[in-house]
Amino acid sequence: MHRDAFAAIAGVAESDLGVTPLSPLQLNAQAVKRALDDAGLPLSAVDGIATTGLSRFSATLLAEYLGVRPTWTDSTMAGGSSFDLFVARAARAIRLGLCEVAVVAYGSNQRSARARRLGGVVETGVPSTEFEIPYAPLRPISLYAMAAQRHMHEFGTTPEQLAEVAVAAREWALLNPAAFSHDAGPLTIDEVLASPFVSSPLHRLDCCLQTDGGGAVVLTSLERARDLRRPPVLVLGDGEASTQMGAMEIPDLTWTGASVSGPRALREAGVSAADIDVVEVYDSFTITVLLTLEGLGLCARGESGSFVEDGRTRPGGAFPLNTTGGGLSYGHPGMFGIFLVIEAVRQLRGEAGERQVPGAELALCHGTGGELSTHATVVLGVDR
Amino acid sequence: MSTRRSLAEPAAEWVEWWDATRQRRLLLQRCRACGRLQHYPRSLCLACGSDDLDWAEASGFGSVYSYTTVHRSPSTVPAVPYVVALVRLAEGPVLLTNIVGCDPAELRCDLLVVLEWEETADGRNLPLFRPVPGHAAPD
Repeated sequence: MHRDAFAAIAGVAESDLGVTPLSPLQLNAQAVKRALDDAGLPLSAVDGIATTGLSRFSATLLAEYLGVRPTWTDSTMAGGSSFDLFVARAARAIRLGLCEVAVVAYGSNQRSARARRLGGVVETGVPSTEFEIPYAPLRPISLYAMAAQRHMHEFGTTPEQLAEVAVAAREWALLNPAAFSHDAGPLTIDEVLASPFVSSPLHRLDCCLQTDGGGAVVLTSLERARDLRRPPVLVLGDGEASTQMGAMEIPDLTWTGASVSGPRALREAGVSAADIDVVEVYDSFTITVLLTLEGLGLCARGESGSFVEDGRTRPGGAFPLNTTGGGLSYGHPGMFGIFLVIEAVRQLRGEAGERQVPGAELALCHGTGGELSTHATVVLGVDR
Repeated sequence: MSTRRSLAEPAAEWVEWWDATRQRRLLLQRCRACGRLQHYPRSLCLACGSDDLDWAEASGFGSVYSYTTVHRSPSTVPAVPYVVALVRLAEGPVLLTNIVGCDPAELRCDLLVVLEWEETADGRNLPLFRPVPGHAAPD
């Protein structure tokens, strides 16, 4: 594809984060306004909207709230991966001329509303309610815990290696003033292992934070983005994979749909995993990161534990990973996918302050939703 | 407080499977066209697409594919700590279940387990599993 035909990210922003009195709609609107300001575009320019988790008609509702009548919407519920998938689909919608300026947004007050339940969402008439809920799994924690247990069994992965993911995330958060745990001080592997088990082998500190927050990403054509306020970031490639909904349907707990979505995204972008300068992957739990690194081909199958254990993913390490501090130490308002893209854009624009990866030109974001159910990979690059 | 679990009314689609548990029969769905066994029951065979399906009864033997001990939960029955596991039945299909009758510290992946029924508040029975005595997991 000729470079000028790409869609580009022209603006990004977070809403208020951490603990806020704002409603989900207010957080969405705040993030959209800030991201449009970042791009230098008015609200009246928006003709595409994607969001989810607000209502049954999420994107339509947000459009109404903003006074926009979009010609393209997407309200797909794919859990935490939704927003990475939306960025990819918005880029495609722009290339096809379905809309000119698309906004991908998210906002949640789950922490303040005490909306999160350890047992997860119970729906009627679905298999999980009939065949899983009677056994009281924590959803989704217990599924990820069983993936961790199996990974330890098959590959000898250790609790210390899992804990290193949380320790490295904290190191990054210490460099990020917006991180929930910015002032919490460094974390040690022993502290992770000494925190109480929630669903073994996952300790409390193997699990992401629960915060309020939101974010937005503005996309338009590269041609238009070049005339705007910020350096454009190109959406070079993407891939999706939907593997299963519930735990019983996973034939191999150490294999994920990242093995499908990742190679598709890299192939479309015309790059290899080794070319990527900065990686932002979903870290609902420490095991999520290890499984995703393997799935994406960033390390060999079964070797993610030893891959991370020498501090390679910490600031200053050879493999910059989750440079905000991630869901583990920056914040996690229920679904994290939008923050992966926001940070990748800031890294590629060279705006990441103390946590900036020097000379970053290519970034990969990978969202994981549900119980290893949905996967979306996006490869982003600078305009050159 | 009841010590039995209260289950939601089964959806019409799964009443037949649940009713069999009243006789302590663990059903697997069997495709009459290709012989494939599957769980949970659905309206077509995942192997060949046939909608000609009936039932087979599981032997009750299986192995622990993976497991987790839940230490913090809103659940009172079972009460923490309890073990949630994925058990691969000898016939192939996988069930999410609880492992009972053993110290969680003794559990291992691939441990052999056998079916054990637990009566629920409405007279249905819930299939649980316990380790087969004398059968340690292969190292």
